[in-house]
Amino acid sequence: MAEERRQKQCSVTLPTESMKAMAESVGVGQLQEESCAALSEEVSYRIKEIAQDALKFMHHGKRRKLTTSDLDNALKLKNVEPLYGFQSQDFIPFRFASGGGRELHFYEEKEVDLSDIINTPLPRVPLDVSLKAHWLSIEGVQPSIPENPPPAPKEQQKVESTEPLKIVKPGQEEESTIPGKSQGAITADGKGQYLKGLIRLKPRSTHELSVEQQLYYKEITEACVGSCEAKRAEALQSIATDPGLYQMLPRFSTFISEGVRVNVVQNNLALLIYLMRMVKALMDNPTLYLEKYLHELIPAVVTCIVSKQLCLRPDVDNHWALRDFAARLMAQSCKTFSTTTNNIQSPWLDEKTQWTTRYGCIAGLSELGPDVIKTLILPRLTIEGARIKAVMEGPVVSNIDKIGADHVQSLLLKHCASVIYRIDYGYLGPMLCSHVMKARTQAALQAQQVNRTTLTITQPRPTLTVSQSGLCGSVGQRTPSIIKVPSSLTLMSPRPGTPSQPSPPATKYIVMATSAGASSTQQVITLSSSQSASPVTSTVPSATSTLQPLVKLESGSGPGLTGSRPMQKYIVVSLPSSASSSLETKSSVLPTSISSNPLEAVMKLDRSESPGASTQSPH
Amino acid sequence: MAAVQGGLVDAVEEKDIKTEPSSDGIGNNNANDGGPLSASPSSSASAGSNKSSAGAPEDQQTLLAVLQFLKKNKLTESVDILRREAGLPEDSLDLKGGDSSGLLSCHHHLVLNAHLTETFSPTAAGEDQPDVNVVLSAYSQQGDPKLYPVYYSGLKRFIESVLDCHRAELSQVFYPLFVHMYLELVYNNYESEAKAFFEKYTGDQECYYEDDLRILSSLSKREHMRGNETLLDFRTSKFVLRISRDSYQLLKRHLQERQNNQIWNIIQEHLYIDIFDGMPRSKSQIDAMSGSLAGEGKREANKAKVYYGLLKEPEIELPLDDEDEEAENEEGKPKKKKPKKDSMGSKSKKQDPHAPSQTRIPLPELKDSDKLDKIMYMKEATKRIRLGPDNLPSICFYSFLNAYQGLTAVDFTDDSSLIAGGFADSTVRVWSVTPKKLRKVKSAADLNLIDKESDDVLERIMDEKTASESKILYGHSGPVYGISFSPDRNYLLSSSEDGTVRLWSLQTFTCLVGYKGHNYPVWDTHFSPHGYYFISGGHDRVARLWATDHYQPLRMFSGHLADITCTRFHPNSNYVATGSSDRTIRLWDVLNGNCVRIFTGHKGPIHALAFSPNGKFLASGATDGRVLLWDIGNGMMFGELKGHTDSIYSLRFSRDGEILASGSMDNTVRLWDALKAFDDLETDDFTAATGHVHLQDNSQELLLGTYVSKSTPVIHLHFTRRNLLLAAGSYNP
Repeated sequence: MAEERRQKQCSVTLPTESMKAMAESVGVGQLQEESCAALSEEVSYRIKEIAQDALKFMHHGKRRKLTTSDLDNALKLKNVEPLYGFQSQDFIPFRFASGGGRELHFYEEKEVDLSDIINTPLPRVPLDVSLKAHWLSIEGVQPSIPENPPPAPKEQQKVESTEPLKIVKPGQEEESTIPGKSQGAITADGKGQYLKGLIRLKPRSTHELSVEQQLYYKEITEACVGSCEAKRAEALQSIATDPGLYQMLPRFSTFISEGVRVNVVQNNLALLIYLMRMVKALMDNPTLYLEKYLHELIPAVVTCIVSKQLCLRPDVDNHWALRDFAARLMAQSCKTFSTTTNNIQSPWLDEKTQWTTRYGCIAGLSELGPDVIKTLILPRLTIEGARIKAVMEGPVVSNIDKIGADHVQSLLLKHCASVIYRIDYGYLGPMLCSHVMKARTQAALQAQQVNRTTLTITQPRPTLTVSQSGLCGSVGQRTPSIIKVPSSLTLMSPRPGTPSQPSPPATKYIVMATSAGASSTQQVITLSSSQSASPVTSTVPSATSTLQPLVKLESGSGPGLTGSRPMQKYIVVSLPSSASSSLETKSSVLPTSISSNPLEAVMKLDRSESPGASTQSPH
Repeated sequence: MAAVQGGLVDAVEEKDIKTEPSSDGIGNNNANDGGPLSASPSSSASAGSNKSSAGAPEDQQTLLAVLQFLKKNKLTESVDILRREAGLPEDSLDLKGGDSSGLLSCHHHLVLNAHLTETFSPTAAGEDQPDVNVVLSAYSQQGDPKLYPVYYSGLKRFIESVLDCHRAELSQVFYPLFVHMYLELVYNNYESEAKAFFEKYTGDQECYYEDDLRILSSLSKREHMRGNETLLDFRTSKFVLRISRDSYQLLKRHLQERQNNQIWNIIQEHLYIDIFDGMPRSKSQIDAMSGSLAGEGKREANKAKVYYGLLKEPEIELPLDDEDEEAENEEGKPKKKKPKKDSMGSKSKKQDPHAPSQTRIPLPELKDSDKLDKIMYMKEATKRIRLGPDNLPSICFYSFLNAYQGLTAVDFTDDSSLIAGGFADSTVRVWSVTPKKLRKVKSAADLNLIDKESDDVLERIMDEKTASESKILYGHSGPVYGISFSPDRNYLLSSSEDGTVRLWSLQTFTCLVGYKGHNYPVWDTHFSPHGYYFISGGHDRVARLWATDHYQPLRMFSGHLADITCTRFHPNSNYVATGSSDRTIRLWDVLNGNCVRIFTGHKGPIHALAFSPNGKFLASGATDGRVLLWDIGNGMMFGELKGHTDSIYSLRFSRDGEILASGSMDNTVRLWDALKAFDDLETDDFTAATGHVHLQDNSQELLLGTYVSKSTPVIHLHFTRRNLLLAAGSYNP
C-alpha cells in the first residue's frame, strides 16, 4: 500500500503547461519545451522543500491543517519574501475551469464594490480568547456533562446499529504502527485476531436505568405532554441537547409510538403535536443516533402525516400544520438516515383517498426535495388539478372536502412552482420565480396607478395553434421564441437558443410587459450594457438604460395536450420602453408589434386554459 | 545574581580545560567570549560538537580542519586562541596540508562546518561552496549506473537467503545503502537511472523512513544536493548500525567473494558498524531502536556516567514552618510534622550515590520568598493524594475558547496559580486561575510615594487599578512556540518564530530581555527547576543554555541533525534533554556541554519530554503517537506505550511518579501506570547486560484510562502539588 503511494510521490512534478502559463503571466512569451521541463522540475523540487518546512510550522502550531501562514513562515526560513495577500484561515477555494483543451485552476478574485463594503454594517467583533475549566475526569470517571463528548459517540452508536457484529473495542484495532515483517509481528497479529474473535459476540445490553434516569424520564415525558408550555419548552430543550440520553432512547421511542397510536384513535390533536415535537427534539440531539428506533418512530410520524382524521373537528382545527410538521420530520429522517426507509408514496394514488391523506402525502413528498417533486408529484399534477377542479367548481359536496382541496391546491402551488423553475432554468429558477412574483405584485400596483394600457398580444392564438399541430417549421422564425439576455447573464442556459431551430414540442409563449417609466425601479437583474451580442443571436441589446427581464414561468397542463408533455410555459419579460427601439431594429425574433408598445403582463391569459395550472401562486 | 553567574563561567572554564584540554573548551570559549566569531557562532559551535563523538586521533584532525576553516575566513584571533588552547604547534597547519589522508578525513568534519554556515549565514555560503563540493565529490567514484540495481538486488538476494537469525540484522543495511547509492547516482547525473533505482527499491524500505524517502524522492538533480539539509545530514553523519559479529562476517565474506566493491566502499565510507559479540538481535529488537535519521546511537555514546540523582533539598528552618502551621491550623500540627521530618530526613541522611555534588553547577541561593514557597510546597505535599491504578487522578481541563487555532503553547506555574498561553498572533497571555487577580507594580513616580518602611510594602507597590484576570504580553513578531514560567513565578520565558527568546516580568508585565542568538525559529524553551538558567532550542539545531542575566548563551549544545523540537531540564538542573526532528533524544551535561546520552527509537519528530520526579527516567512522545520510556542510568529503552493515534504534545509524571499522563492531538488524555513500567524494568537485568532491549507489548495493561475531550487537542499537562491533573488545549469546533 505504501509502495504505490511512494511511487506517486516520486514522480509528481508540475506540468510544463503550468510553466508556460506562468511565464506568459510575467510576459515571457516563447518558452522552449526543454526550459519548461527543467523549470518544472526545479520548481517542483522547491515547492516540495517549502511544503516540508511548512509542515514543521504546522506541527509546532499544534494544528492539523496547513495554513498559508505556515507557508509564509517556511519561505521566511529560506530568506524568501513571503507571499502577501493570501491570509486565510480556511482553505483557499480554487475555482476550476476548462475549455479549449486546457484545464485551469484559478483563484477567484471578486471585484468588490467599495461603497458596498462601507455601507454594510460592520461584522461582529470576534470574541477574545478566554479560558474555561471543566472536569474531564473525576477520580478516573468521566462525568457526562456537555463539555465532555457523549459517553458513546454518535459514530459508535451508528456502528452498533448498522454493523452490530463488527464492534471492536476502541483502541484494539490499532495494533502497531510499524507493520513488521517478522515472526514477532505475526504473533501480535494473531493475538489481535484472537481478541477480536472473542469480542465478535455482541454483548447483550441490559437497559437498566438508574433512579435518576428514571426520574428524569418521568419528568421529561410528563412535561412534554403536560399542559405547561414553559415546562414543555424546557423539556424539549433538554431532549435536544443533553448528551447522555442514549440509554433512554428505547423508552422514549416506545413512549412516542404508543402515544401516537392511542391519540390518533382518540383524535387528540394537541397530544399528537406534542409527541411530534418530541421526535423533532430527539432528532435534533447531535449525540443520538436514531437508526435503531426508526421502526417505531417512522410509523408514528407517517401516521401523523397521512391519517384520515387527526382531530375531532377536521373542518375547524388546524391539523394541516401537524401534517406539515410531521412531513418535515419525515424528510429530515429520510435525509439523515439515507437508507431504504423512504418508501412512503403508496397510499395517495387511490381515487378514493381523502383530501387529508392526500395533503399529507403531498406534503411529505414535497419536503423530500425537488427531485422527489419532479419524479413523483409533477407527473400527477394534471390528475390532481382535475380533481381539485372537480371539487372547487363542481357541485358543492361538503365543506371539509372543499377546504381539503383548497389546502392541497395551495400546497401544490407552493412546492411545484419553484421546482419547475429549477428544472427549466437551473440555478436561477427559484430566484426567477420569486422575482417574477415580486414583479407581478408591483405590476399589479402600477396597473392601478398608471393608465391601464392593457394590450392584447397580437398573435398569440395563431402561434398556439400552429405549434400544437406540430407544424413548427412553417412558422419559421416566429415560434422559437427564445429570449436571450445580453452578455454574462444567460437566462435560458439549458436550452440552446438558435432561432433557426424548430421549437420544442412543449410550446412557449412570450408575454412581454414593458411598463413605462416606473419599471426602472424594479431593479432586479442588472444587465451590463455591453453591445457585443453573443454569437447566439436573438439577444436583446440594451441600449441605454438597464433592462429588467422579469421572467415568470407558469406551468400546468392544458387538458387538450398529450400526456407526455403536459406543460406549457409562459414567459413574461418586462422591458423598459427605452429599449424597445433598438429591439425593433435588431431583434427579428420578437414581433415588433409587441415590443413597440408598452406592455403589461397579462397573466390572466392562462387562467382560463387550465384550471389545474392556474398558478397565480398566492405567496 | 551576577556574582553567581561569573562564578559559574569561571568554574566551568577551568574545569573544561582540566578535564578535556584538547578540544572541549573551544566551543564554550568561542560561545562565551564572542569576539571575532560572533558573526558565525554556529560554526564554532559545530567545531565544539564534533569533539564528543570523535576519537583521539580524529580529534587532532578535527582541530586542524577547524583551524583551516578559521584561517580561510581570516579569523586570525580565533586561530591563535584555538591553537594556544589546544597546545598545537604553530606549524601544524602546514603539516596538515601535505598529509593527504588527513585531508580526506577532515573533509568529513568540515562538511558540518560548511553546511552549518551555509544554512545559517547565507552570506558565507559562497565561500564554503568549494568545501561542499569536495565533500560531494566523495560520490564521484565512477561505477556503471546500470550495475547499481544489479549490485543492490544481488545483496538483497544474498540477505534473503541467509539464516533467519541474521537476516533481520543484515536487513538494516538496506536503507543506508539504498540512500547512498541513490545519491551517488544523482550526483553523477544519472537522473533517469536514479529515478528507476528509487522506484524499484523504495518499497523495500521500512515504513518509518517514509518521511526521509519523501524528501529524497524530490531530490533528483545534482544542483539540488547543494544546500539540501537532509542530504548533508546523510553525508556528514555516518549511519550507525549495530550488527552482531557473526552477521557482519557473513556480509563481509559475501561482498569480498563477489568483488562487490561498490557496496563495500559505501559501507566503509558512510556507515559506522557497531559490532557486538553474542546473539544477533531479532527484528522487533531492531525495530524498537531504529528509526532515527542517522541510525542507532553508538553504544559508547551512552556509556558516560550520568548523575541522575536529585540534589539535596536545602534545610529550611523549622521555626518559620511551625509558625506558619500554627497560624493555619493548630490541631493538625503534631500530625503533620512527623511525616515531614521523615521525608526530609531520608533525603538528607545518606547522599544518593547517583546525585551530583551540590555545587557541581552553581545554583542561585534561595531567597526568603523561595523558602516560603518551599514551605508551601511541603505543606501541599502532605495533602497530596497517593495515586495508583486504583486511585486515578481527577483531570481538570482548561479549554481556550475562541483561540481560532492560534494556541501554540501553554504552561502552568508549579503551584498552578497562573496559566500562560502562547499564540500564533505573537502574543503571550497570562491568566490567573485563582481568585487573586494579576496586578502590575506601580510606576516609578508612584513608587516614590510609598512608605518603604511599612510592613505591607510588597502589597503597597502593586497597582490596584491594573488588577485583572488576564494580561497580554506583546513583543514577539512571530508565533510563540515555547513558553515557560520561572519556578519563583516572577518571570516568564517565551520563544518565538522570530528567533528570540524573551523574558517577561510578571511583576510589571513587561519584557525584560530579548535573548538573541538563534537566528531561526526557536521551537521550545524551558526554565531550570532551580531558576536562573534556561535552555532553548530551535530550527538551527543548536540548543543553547542561557542565564537570565547574560545576553549571550553560556553553552551551546550541538549535535542534532535536525531541528530541536523540545527541551527539558533535568530535575537536578545538571542535565538537559533535547528532542529533535532527527528522531533522537539527547541528554547534555550542563557542566561541560557534552552529549551524554543518545536515545533512538522514535519514528517521528519528538514533541514531548518528561523526566520522572526522581530523575531516573525520561519519557518521550513523538508524532508517531508512541511514548517511549528511557532509563537514564544505563541509557536503555524500557517501555513503549502505544495507544495514541496522533502526535503527542505533552507528557507529565505525577508528583510521586506513579502515573504518567500523556496528551495528544487525538483529543485524548491517557494515563499510564508508570510504577508498573518501572518495576518491569528492574526485574529484567539481562537486557542491561547486553544492551539489547526486548520490549513486551504490554501497553494495554499499562494504560489506566483514556479520556476524550471534545475536539480539543491536549497540548499541555500539569500535575498540581496535590496531584490533580490539569490539562489545557484550545477548542477547535
